[in-house]
Amino acid sequence: MSEPTPQKSEEAALTEGAENSENNQDTSRWTNAFREITTGNALLSLLAIVLAILIGGVLIALTDSDVQDAAGYFFARPGDLFAAIGSAVGGAYLALFQGSVYDFRRDDFLSAIKPLTQTLVFATPLIAAGLGVAIAFRVGLFNIGGRGQIIVGAAFAGYASFAWDLPIVLHVIVAVIMGIIGGALWGAIAGLLKARTGAHEVIVTIMLNYVAYYLISFLLRTDLLKNPGSNNPKTPPAADTAVLPPIFGDGFKLHWGFVVVIGATVLAWWLINRSSLGFKFRAVGLNPHAARVAGIKVERLYVYVMLIAGGYAGLAASTEVLGTTTSGFTSGVDAGIGFDAITVALLGRSTPWGTFAAGLLFGAFKAGGFTMQASQGIPIDIVLVVQSLIVLFIAAPPLVRAVFRLPQPGARAKKVVG
Amino acid sequence: MTFTKISEGLGRSGSKIDRRSWKLPIAFAFVSLISGVLFIGFAEDAPTGFDLSTGTDLFQLPEVSLPALATGVVVTILTALIAVGSAFMISQDRAVPKWIPIIGAVFALVGFLTWAAADETLRVPELFAGALVLAVPLVFGALGGVISERVGVVNIAIEAQLLAGAFVSAVVGTITASPFAGLFAAAVAGMLVSFLLSVFAIKYLVNQIIVGVVINVLVSGLTGFLYSQWLVASPEKLNNPEGFSEVPIPFLSGIPIIGPVLFKQTLIVYLLYIIVAAVAFAMYRTRWGLRLRAVGEHPKAADTVGINVTRTRFWNVALAGAIAGLGGAFITLSQTGQFGKDVTAGAGFIALAAVIFGRWDPIKATLAALLFGFASNLQNALSVVGSPVPSEFMLMLPYVVTIIAVAGLVGKSRPPAASGTPYIKG
Repeated sequence: MSEPTPQKSEEAALTEGAENSENNQDTSRWTNAFREITTGNALLSLLAIVLAILIGGVLIALTDSDVQDAAGYFFARPGDLFAAIGSAVGGAYLALFQGSVYDFRRDDFLSAIKPLTQTLVFATPLIAAGLGVAIAFRVGLFNIGGRGQIIVGAAFAGYASFAWDLPIVLHVIVAVIMGIIGGALWGAIAGLLKARTGAHEVIVTIMLNYVAYYLISFLLRTDLLKNPGSNNPKTPPAADTAVLPPIFGDGFKLHWGFVVVIGATVLAWWLINRSSLGFKFRAVGLNPHAARVAGIKVERLYVYVMLIAGGYAGLAASTEVLGTTTSGFTSGVDAGIGFDAITVALLGRSTPWGTFAAGLLFGAFKAGGFTMQASQGIPIDIVLVVQSLIVLFIAAPPLVRAVFRLPQPGARAKKVVG
Repeated sequence: MTFTKISEGLGRSGSKIDRRSWKLPIAFAFVSLISGVLFIGFAEDAPTGFDLSTGTDLFQLPEVSLPALATGVVVTILTALIAVGSAFMISQDRAVPKWIPIIGAVFALVGFLTWAAADETLRVPELFAGALVLAVPLVFGALGGVISERVGVVNIAIEAQLLAGAFVSAVVGTITASPFAGLFAAAVAGMLVSFLLSVFAIKYLVNQIIVGVVINVLVSGLTGFLYSQWLVASPEKLNNPEGFSEVPIPFLSGIPIIGPVLFKQTLIVYLLYIIVAAVAFAMYRTRWGLRLRAVGEHPKAADTVGINVTRTRFWNVALAGAIAGLGGAFITLSQTGQFGKDVTAGAGFIALAAVIFGRWDPIKATLAALLFGFASNLQNALSVVGSPVPSEFMLMLPYVVTIIAVAGLVGKSRPPAASGTPYIKG
């Protein structure tokens, strides 16, 4: 805590205030988390990504059958092993790149650049839901409820998209807003319980994920959400008037949801960094006790922030069911986005534009992962491994510094108990 | 301390003058209302059979038959009486005995079963035996959670520990053709996940909830990856473990109801009984338990008297992982017979729920896990006899119950004081 900048010392003072009270585990836990998230730098993030990709490569090499064969006669022809490793790992990551950024095997630029637009399609809900987690994070709340909020948001947006009959433009706007409302309401449950009873939001949001899942599973069996013409637990497709149109024409899947999400990121940036509500959010996140003494109604802010966080998750749901997959959805509509959003927000260090960038990266992983699975036969689960390793390494800068033999900074502020 | 008091006072001024809790009468009034509407209003006037015996019992109990409508009336009246009676006792400032809500809950359950299975016969021993089987991984996971949190490390990674145990026990159990080797390997796998949790949470001081969540994703991805790469290609060589077979305990397994439920199980279940008893005893009666709780409640004090906080946390989190790993082994070796992608299906999160609902106590967490297992098996049983309640709502039950529990509506639940806080000496 020897930073000379005034902002840092202010934070330190707030932190110390929390440490002086006894009942402060919650506070110091979060300030500690924020310290870890904020004291790293871009280089460490990059190195963490490199390290995670290297480990992913090791896994791919270990499980590749050609590599295993070549290892069998390693002492006879050692070169074969390295060639096999190179072709397995290189092929995998090449496919990842071709599937997510630029496919140079194509003849014309338009079809070569298509994977990049695909990345943006996958990134759209990840960014929106990631912002939901990030904003809650700034208040010191850990919103693991992205999955539930997305499910409820999808139910709302989906219902508006096929059950209501509205004019063109208006319909899609209403449907997107309905999704936001659905997610916001589901998020607000956790906020309300936190504010009124002190129930820990981590537990409540995890449990609400399952409640939402079973709720939509039930609704998908009823006429409310089920396609009347079918026995499958799937909704009818969205009406044409409620679909987010493609940006670059029908040849590309990229839809206006991505533009909406850019706008949502700007809004999140303004909200956190420029608005008075955002100032209060950050104050509560740094030290709820101090914020309360300063006259901020902390409980009320918990409700507000969970409304907003849920709303962002709901926006993610809207872009999914109104833009990416408009042919109706099942109870698996979340498709892991809710949990990916946590890693996106952590990687983005809970800042709006950091989350945006992290969402792009994970979108690329997702788009490329499918190509990798299809062309190289490497299960897409490797993407989960790499993503979670990135977050683990970013959260533990000393580990990354040790691996890359970087100097450890001398005095790390880590006095927590005492 | 004063700081906290003041801030609490600022937060909710004057709400703590009346210390009487009206939750119990309100809850039972609610139960009575529901039972009045459902069990009487929507009752089928047909008898419900309760088959209490199995073929191997020492002596046969007769089948009990309850008329659905009359049972509904009795249950409604009884729960209403409990609501009124407990309200009266509270208004007189007298403590309500603990057996009253328990009796009431049993009545409500009987009423529910009678109503839901009207005109059918419920096979009670199977109902409870199936519940136990579904609860076993939850109990293992919950015990792991309790130990870990009591020593001061939040364990969101129970799901990962179960999944790692399930995967490794399938592979090792197949390769060695020995379920015991599979079981042992599962414990080691759970421990390895714990090491990961410990290294990041204790050594690198990363927020424990973050580590837990990320480890869940990591293990899900890793096991899914290896499953697709290895196990799918050669299932008979890698994913065909020999399971444990049922070992009925002589005489005890012949006791009606209790016997077939508790004493006609696999060895893992008997191991579970021993572990539950051992952890519950050791937690409160041994030096190990005292140290563990001291480190979880007040690490500074524990450090002052010479307990190595870091080492205590590290090894107890490892122990917790090993126990949770056994639960994973049970899933593949006894429940499903093989490993599948994300085979645990969120059991780790229900176990986490059981930890909290059981208020961080080994016995209570075990009971909570049993309750959750019962709820999911009840759903299975009722879908067989055709229940009026949609199965989704039965499946939702553990989660809703947990939300109600953490919201303090069934009594205050307080985690170990230092749970989630890293400890730095000095």
